[in-house]
Amino acid sequence: MRLYGTEIASRLMLGTAQYPSPAALGEAFRRSGAGIATVSVRREAGGERAGAAFWDLIRELGVQILPNTAGCHSAREAVTTARMARELFDTNWIKLEVIGHADTLQPDPFGLVEAARILTDDGFQVFPYTTEDVVLADRLLAAGCEVLMPWGAPIGTGLGLTNIYGLRTLRAQFPDVPMVVDAGLGLPSQAAMAMEMGYDAVLLNTAVAKAGDPAAMAEGFARAVEAGRLACEADPMEPRDMAAPSTPVIGRAFLE
Amino acid sequence: MTRARVLGAGVAGLCVATELVARGCKVSVVDPAPRPGPHGCSWWAGGMLAPFCEGEAAEEPVVRLGREAAGWWRRQGVAVEGRGTLVVTLGRDRRELDRFARRTEGHRMLDEAALAALEPELAGRFDRALYFPDEAHLDPRAALGHLRDRLAGEGVAFAAEPGGPADLTFDCRGLAARDVLPDLRGVKGEMAVLRAPEIRLTRPVRLLHPRFPLYVVPRGDGRFMLGATQIESDERVRRVRSVLELLSAAYALHPAFGEAELVEIGADARPAFPDNLPRLGRRGDTIHVNGLFRHGFLLAPALARMAAEAASDGTRPELWHEDHG
Repeated sequence: MRLYGTEIASRLMLGTAQYPSPAALGEAFRRSGAGIATVSVRREAGGERAGAAFWDLIRELGVQILPNTAGCHSAREAVTTARMARELFDTNWIKLEVIGHADTLQPDPFGLVEAARILTDDGFQVFPYTTEDVVLADRLLAAGCEVLMPWGAPIGTGLGLTNIYGLRTLRAQFPDVPMVVDAGLGLPSQAAMAMEMGYDAVLLNTAVAKAGDPAAMAEGFARAVEAGRLACEADPMEPRDMAAPSTPVIGRAFLE
Repeated sequence: MTRARVLGAGVAGLCVATELVARGCKVSVVDPAPRPGPHGCSWWAGGMLAPFCEGEAAEEPVVRLGREAAGWWRRQGVAVEGRGTLVVTLGRDRRELDRFARRTEGHRMLDEAALAALEPELAGRFDRALYFPDEAHLDPRAALGHLRDRLAGEGVAFAAEPGGPADLTFDCRGLAARDVLPDLRGVKGEMAVLRAPEIRLTRPVRLLHPRFPLYVVPRGDGRFMLGATQIESDERVRRVRSVLELLSAAYALHPAFGEAELVEIGADARPAFPDNLPRLGRRGDTIHVNGLFRHGFLLAPALARMAAEAASDGTRPELWHEDHG
C-alpha cells in the first residue's frame, strides 16, 4: 500500500493514546506488526517539549509516525498544531482532525476543508479525518488531499461501521483514492468488514488500548485486516437467495 | 551499624528512611527542601490506598503490593480512613461500570438503595455503584509531615547536602534521578482542592468516563481533592483545559460542587518507567527506588520494605532491575 508515495507494509494503523503503559503500547505494535503510529501532539506538547520522553518511546517502535491534530476545534488551531508536529517529528504527514461537535467529536467539514487547503499549500501531506460524505470527500480531494480517512463511527465508540451504505458509496465513488477507515471500530470483525468493502487500511486506538489485553486485541485486528484484504482481493462471490449445493446432488444415491 | 543515606524526602524517601530506622540503621536524609512541600510530586497526591481499583489498568504487582499500604501507614501512626471506595458512572456510560467490575476484584455492586444507605449524599443520583470495602485513603501532606517529624525525632538528620560518609545510599529522588535512570519519564497529573462543606461524602468516589475520568477524595473539614488527569508530559504547568475537565466532571458527580470554594490547583509530573511499574536496582553502593508513577502512597511502603530487605540480606526482590544495578 502506498500513501503519498511511501510504501507501507501493514494495513493496520494504531493510535498511541490510553494504553496502560508505554510498554503495553510497544507490545501491541510488536504483536500486530502495525505499520503506522498516530501521535497526538497537542496536549502533550506543552512548553519545552515536555512530552519528549513519550515521543522517544514512540520513535523507538520503528514504524512510520503520523502526527495528528486531535483536540483541535478550528482550522487555525489545527494548522498551528500541524506545524508544531512537523517540527517535532520531522515529517510532512499530518492526520488532520478538526472537531466540530464536542460531544460526538464529529468532524467540522468546513474547518476541515479550510485547514486541508492551507496545509497542502504549505507542503503538508494531509490525511483528513472525515465523515463518509461524498461531497466533503470531493472537496477534500480538490483541496489537495490524496488520502481520505472516513469514520466508521464517532471516535472511541466502538460501534463499528454505522453507515455501511455511505461507506460503500464513498468507496465506489473514488476507487483510486487510498482510503482508511478511521475511528469507531470496536472489534476485529468490523475491521475485516471495512477491508472486505475495499478500504485500503484501518486506523484504531481505543479498541486496542482499552482492551483487557491490548497486545492480543492488536493481533486480532491485524489478522482481521489481513483476512478482509485477502477476501477483497479474492473477488468474493455474490450473495444469492437460492441454495446452490457445492456437491452435485445427482450422484447422491450412490453415496447412500 | 549501617550508615544509610537517603536521597529525596518525598513519599519514597521517607518510607525508605522509616524502614531503615526500624532495622537499626543510622539514617540521614538529603533533600534541598527542609520539609515536605509543593516542590515534590508527593505533595499533590490523592492519597487513595486503592489497590483493587488501580488493578483496572495497572499490572498485578500493584494490586498485591498495594494491599500492604493501609496497614503500613496505620502502624506508623498516620490517620487512615478505611471506608472503602465507590465507583460510579453517569447514565450513558453505565456499561463502563460492568467493564470495571470485570477487570477488578474485591468489590460488590450496590443498588440505588444500598448506595443511598452507604453514602446518602449520592442518593438518587446514581442507580448503582461498585463498592470496594477494603480500600482506604489518607491525607498525603499530613502523612509526609508525620513521617518526617517522627524520623527527625528518632535522630535522623535532614540536610540539603550530604554530610558524613555512608555505607549505602538509597536514591529516591524521583524524576530528578533521570541523570542516572534515563528511561524514567514524567507523567503529569493535575489536581484541585475544593471546599464544599454542604457535601457530605465520606469516602473516595471515582467517576468513570471515557474522556474525563475523575476521583474525589474527602480531606475532612469540608474539603475535597479532585484528580485523575494523566498526561504524557514532564511539565508542571497547570493547564486550563485539565482544570475545566476536573471541575466539569465534579459538577456532573454532584452539582453542589458548583458552589464550592476553589482552594487550590496543583500540577506535577510523576516518575514512571515504560511499564509504569516501580523498580528497585543497585549500582555500586546505591540502591534505586523509583518509578512509583501514580502509586506513590500505595506502593512506597512495599518498595521501602523490599529495598531495606535487599540492603540487609542481599536478596533480590521482585521489581529488581539488573540494568540499574
